This record gives sequence, C-alpha cells and structure tokens, in this order.
Amino acid sequence: MPKYLDFEKPIIGLKEKIEELKTLNTDRGGGLEDEIEKLKVRLSKVREEIFSNLTSWEQVELARHPNRPYTNDYIKYIFKDWVELHGDRRFADDPSIVAGIGKLNGISFVVVGHEKGRKTKEKIRRNFGMPHPEGYRKALRVMKLGSKFKLPIVTFIDTPGAYPGIGAEERGQALAIAENIKEIAMIPVPIIVIITGEGGSGGALAIGIGDRIYMQKYAVYSVISPEGCASIIWRDQKYKKEATEALKITAKDLKKFNIIDDIIMEPGGGAHSNHKEAANLVGEAVMKAYNELKDIPADELIQKRSEKFSKMGFFKEL
Amino acid sequence: MVDASDLKSGGGFLRVGSSPTSGNEYFNIGEKMKWFQKRKGIEKESKKREIPDGVWVKCDSCGEILYRKEIEKNLMVCPKCNYHFQINSSLYKKILLDEGTFEEEDDNLRTLDPLNFKNYKKKLKEAMTKTSLNECIISGQAKIYGRDIEICIMDFSFIGGSMGSVVGEKVKRAIYRASDLNLPLVIVSASGGARMHEGILSLMQMAKTATALNKLETPFISILTHPTTAGVLASYASLGDIIIAEPGALIGFAGPRVIKQTIKKELPEGFQRAEFLLEHGLIDLVVSRKDLRDTVNTLLMHLC
Ligand SMILES: [Zn+2]
Repeated sequence: MPKYLDFEKPIIGLKEKIEELKTLNTDRGGGLEDEIEKLKVRLSKVREEIFSNLTSWEQVELARHPNRPYTNDYIKYIFKDWVELHGDRRFADDPSIVAGIGKLNGISFVVVGHEKGRKTKEKIRRNFGMPHPEGYRKALRVMKLGSKFKLPIVTFIDTPGAYPGIGAEERGQALAIAENIKEIAMIPVPIIVIITGEGGSGGALAIGIGDRIYMQKYAVYSVISPEGCASIIWRDQKYKKEATEALKITAKDLKKFNIIDDIIMEPGGGAHSNHKEAANLVGEAVMKAYNELKDIPADELIQKRSEKFSKMGFFKEL
Repeated sequence: MVDASDLKSGGGFLRVGSSPTSGNEYFNIGEKMKWFQKRKGIEKESKKREIPDGVWVKCDSCGEILYRKEIEKNLMVCPKCNYHFQINSSLYKKILLDEGTFEEEDDNLRTLDPLNFKNYKKKLKEAMTKTSLNECIISGQAKIYGRDIEICIMDFSFIGGSMGSVVGEKVKRAIYRASDLNLPLVIVSASGGARMHEGILSLMQMAKTATALNKLETPFISILTHPTTAGVLASYASLGDIIIAEPGALIGFAGPRVIKQTIKKELPEGFQRAEFLLEHGLIDLVVSRKDLRDTVNTLLMHLC
C-alpha cells in the first residue's frame, strides 16, 4: 500500500527536497537557509491550496489514509495510566474494538474505539477494524463500567463497517448493534463520540450514540461505503466518486444535516501528517465537551441524548 | 444494506400467470416477478393458452402448480410445502387484525429528498404509483381479538421496505403512542435495510427508533417476514420482547452475496433463514402465517 495519496505527491516532493537541502546544508556548514525557508513557504502554500480544494472522494482517501492516526495512537497521546480491558465475557475478545480506562487532565475516562491495526499482521489480527458481535458487546460491557463508577466515556469511530461473515451472523451482529444503540442511550454519564476516520454504517453507530458527536475534518460517516453505493445505484464500483458526492458523507455535510455537533480541526496536511498535533486537537475537543456536560444531572443528560436522536431526519407533514 | 440480488433466490416472489394490472391485489407486483408463461415446450405453450389469466400459480419452492383461489385461501402459503409467498401490508392487515379496526396514523408524513440524490424523486413517485402507498410502512391502532394494539406493518414492494426518515419517524411515533396509550406494540418488518438515498439520515433512523424503545414499558412483539435485514434488523426489529419469524424468511445483517464475496466460501445450507436463527438462539419462535394472529393473541394475553 502506498504511504501517500496521489494528490499528496507535490507535498511529499517538496518535503523530500527540503530534507535534502537540510542535509546538504549541514554537510556544507550553512549557506542554504534562505533556500530552505523559501521552500518551506512554498510547501505551506501548496499544501494549503491542495487541502482547500479537496473533493469528497479525496476526503474518503484521507479518512482511510494508511498513516492516519488510529484509536491506539489517540490513546497513547491523550490518555495517561491507560489500562486496556478485554473480552465480552460471553464469547471472545474482539481486537477490532479496543476498550479501557485512561486519564486526561486528572479525570478517568472509559475509552472505546475501533482499531484497524498498523501493519499487515496486526491488520489481520484486528480484522481491519471490522468488528464481530463480541466487539460491540465488549464495548457495551466496558461502557457500563462508566455507568457504575461514574466515569465519562469517549468513543473513537474508525471502521469500514460490521464484518460480513458467517460467525458474525450466527452470533447475532444485528442484535448486538441494536442492543448497543438502545442501551448506550441510557448510560447515565457523559458520552463523547468522535469520528476519527471511517464511520462505516451500523458498525460505527454501535458505538456512535452520545451527548456530543464530533467529527475530525477529514473523517467521513456514511450509511453505506461509496463502493457499495456505486455498485447498487450505478451498477459499477468505478463510480465510487459519484457515489461519494451523492451520499454527502463529509464532516461539513454532516454538520449541515445536524448529525454532528462540531468539526475538530486537523493539522495542515491532515491528521496523518502530525499524529501528536492531531491528538492534541482531539484531546482539547474531549475536554470542551466534558466541561459542557459534566454538571448536567444524569436524568437530563439521558433525556437530551434521546431527544437529539429523535429529531434526526427530514420529512414533510401535510 | 442488502442487495436486491440477494432476495431473488430465497423465499420470495410469487410467479403468477396474470399480467400486473389484472393481478391479485395481494401480490407484490415488481420487476422481480417472473411470468409463468416462461415455460418451454409446445405442450406447455398450448396449455398456457388454455389457462385463463391468473387462475394458476406456480410455487417458487416446490414447483407445484396451484389453483390460485386455493393458495389465497391459505393466506398465500403453499399448501404442499408451506412455502410463504411474500405478501404486502394490506394482506398482513387482514391476516392479523380484526376486520375494519385498523385506524391509520401519520399517513400525512411525506418523504423528502434532502440529499437531492440521483433519481430518488422519480423512484418515490414510481413506488407510490405501483403500490398506492406513500411509504413502505403503515402505522396506527387496531384490534386483535378485541384487544387494542398499536401496529406498524412494512411493505417490501415499496423501495424494498427501506428505512428513510419517514419510516424512522413513523416507528418512533408508534412507539410513543403505544407508551402514552398503554398499548402493546406489534411491528411486522420486511426490509432490505436503510434507504441509501437519504444517506446518513437513514442510518440515524436506527438510532431514532432503537432509542425510542427505551420509553416503552408495554409488550413489543416483533414479527420478521421475508426479508428482514441490515439497518431495520439492527434496530427496532431485533428489539422485540418477543421475536417471531415466518418460516423461510431471510433474516440477517449483511447480505448473503456480500458475505460470500468476503469469505470466498459457500454459505451453509439454510444460512440466515428463520429456522437458522431459531437454532442459533436469536429469535423466540418460527410461526406459520396462518398461526400468527393466534400466537400474537396468546402472547399478549400472557404479557398484558
Ligand atoms: Zn410449494
């Protein structure tokens, strides 16, 4: 898999040039500083131009970028004293969802998120972030620790979707998703949902119920993958770009439809260009949401959460 | 979302020897209907002429040629093999409810095209003309053996029973009414999943309906008919206090075709059929259509 996208090529080219000049500069003992500075200005200009004119499909590519920070990266940068918890206590531990407890600004949070895995072996072990029912059940089990011990909850969404497999059906993945949605709605502590990469349909929604729904600038969230939509509507997957436009799945689109509360900015060049900075921005958003929610009584929190979802949709009343 | 091609092979579409216009009012007359006259051979060719339109029906499952009146009397179930033909919401009304007791609610809700999605308006218009419905679900109050209930019935013939904003809203309101009026809730599902044409708004109908069920303290009986899949199954349809399925109904989250493509293996016999789900402990009962009304009544007697 290439480590950069087609439209990133000019950026990568400039970055490499700058690195070359830096090495040369060191070897020569100076003299190229002006040149390097010029290139840096050029780089930020080029990047700015590319990233302000992204198509929806290019945003899908960013959301799926192989270097994009995953849940474990965010956990590493944001939460201290992290303890990962395993298993649904029914069938198995699903590595495509990670769950645990960690501390941010002195507050212990329950954290649950999809994890795609970074290298081939790890990707396979984590099923590319596509959960089985036991993954959703683990998520709910650990979130309920939040209920019991009054810990706020953060979820990170980044999945192509639920896994279309025999075992997943045999163990009731539809039921697991439905139960998660229904039960998470009643958890009496603040829940902050962050879509960090791909929000793939039911597999995303299973940990997507909360009081604040934030989306990173280049994340996407959709009822069906662009490829799936293209093959149904256009009868050919090659129309995935058209399908992406039609489905309206970018953070901007979702904000317009009132599905998400806010958009979390990403570093110039996208979250993958600077994991630490991306994580700082996410951490700030978590704290902002937490401070807005922490003093709301549990009953009111639950009621407002249900109202939030009960209002979603567009229709006409004659 | 389940692809339409998944639904051809299963328990499914009635093949009748009539044209759509003269067809039985209960049939789902759609593009998937294949006509009886496709049979080959001179003998059959001549026979076809002898058979008056719409009198004979061929069972999709056992291939038996059946007298239409007979199968109608049998609630569109093959008397030879118990194959359940797919039927529309108006027949479910007749099968389940006391005659003339259904009072529709929320029939003033109309679907919009918030995404301005390719051909959606046209598709809606065609579906309305074809089915005389304004969406793929009807909801309201009715009686079963004199007992008041809140009921929703989905109709697969309207854009594959797909759930968009109106379906979500109607189900939510039915749940709220059942709660306010202290009535048991019965939902008959038939759906290919969330409606792609309303994008993320359709996905959120899963959240809308499933979270609304937290309000309900009265019994909720969910009836799964062929097919109940994807977003509908992963929300209210799976959340019944009691879950009943019709024999042979395709019930699953992912479509069998997508699963087959993903795992590159043949699927086990009977995979994702009602009986398979029963065996795997995912539903309470598989009930033949003719026993649905009595089963629901008995359950409500116990639970109410
Ligand atoms: Zn038969």
